[in-house]
Amino acid sequence: MDAILFLIFAAIAVACAINLVVQKHPITSALSLVGVMGALAVIYLLLGAEFIAAAQMIVYAGAIMVLFVFVIMLLNAGEEKKPARPSWFAKLLGIPLTIAVLGLLSFFVQHGSPQSSVTFGEYTGTAKDVGRALFTTYLLPFEITSVLILVAILGAVVLARKEMD
Amino acid sequence: MGVMGAVPLSWYLMLSAILFSLGVAGFLMRKNLITIFMSIELMLNAVNLSFVTFSRHYKQVDGQIFTFFVMVVAAAEAAVGLAIILTVFKNRSTLLVDDVDSLRL
Repeated sequence: MDAILFLIFAAIAVACAINLVVQKHPITSALSLVGVMGALAVIYLLLGAEFIAAAQMIVYAGAIMVLFVFVIMLLNAGEEKKPARPSWFAKLLGIPLTIAVLGLLSFFVQHGSPQSSVTFGEYTGTAKDVGRALFTTYLLPFEITSVLILVAILGAVVLARKEMD
Repeated sequence: MGVMGAVPLSWYLMLSAILFSLGVAGFLMRKNLITIFMSIELMLNAVNLSFVTFSRHYKQVDGQIFTFFVMVVAAAEAAVGLAIILTVFKNRSTLLVDDVDSLRL
């Protein structure tokens, strides 16, 4: 059952990711990315990461992607008019290099990853565990993160104000 | 496939590798600024999957914490990056990276 669920949602994630790269229209790419994120949330649940699965849907698919869709609509970004003309370098090396990267990664995964398997429900990193670790061991990084968010807000406001002039 | 109900750890890592490679491919091949930005988000998601997989393997919650931090950084990056894209579009009215080449030699 686990394997079937994993395969279904892994297939959805990969199909949506391919669609993201192939599509010409940015809004189609954005919706494909939402599909990838939803499938990944299910896979996080299979891995027993409840909190991360919920945060994935709320923060990524909910907040970040809405921001993307807002900007795409605000800029009225349509299909790419000019046909993409990749440089000779990209033409010659792009796809072979991508396949080489994938091959290297899969080689190391096959030979270097620990030989264990995952059963659903065997271990769950609950929100309680995550919260406890976040506010004890990782308290300082957590607080620094809030400063980072503040700086990001200021940066976004400054950049947005500049273009109003 | 053997025992249904147990998925090898390497399958999750392979999925992560595939998604990351697709993100790299999108980043290198596409010309639209927004699509390139979304490819970066795809790569971040792939790495998150690796973090959660290893968190599951070691039965420790730390990997999930790192995923949480990656999400926060991605949110900050999206806010600033999209503001930069907006400014670029206002100034040059294009989203093609080929046309934004002032820093090129």
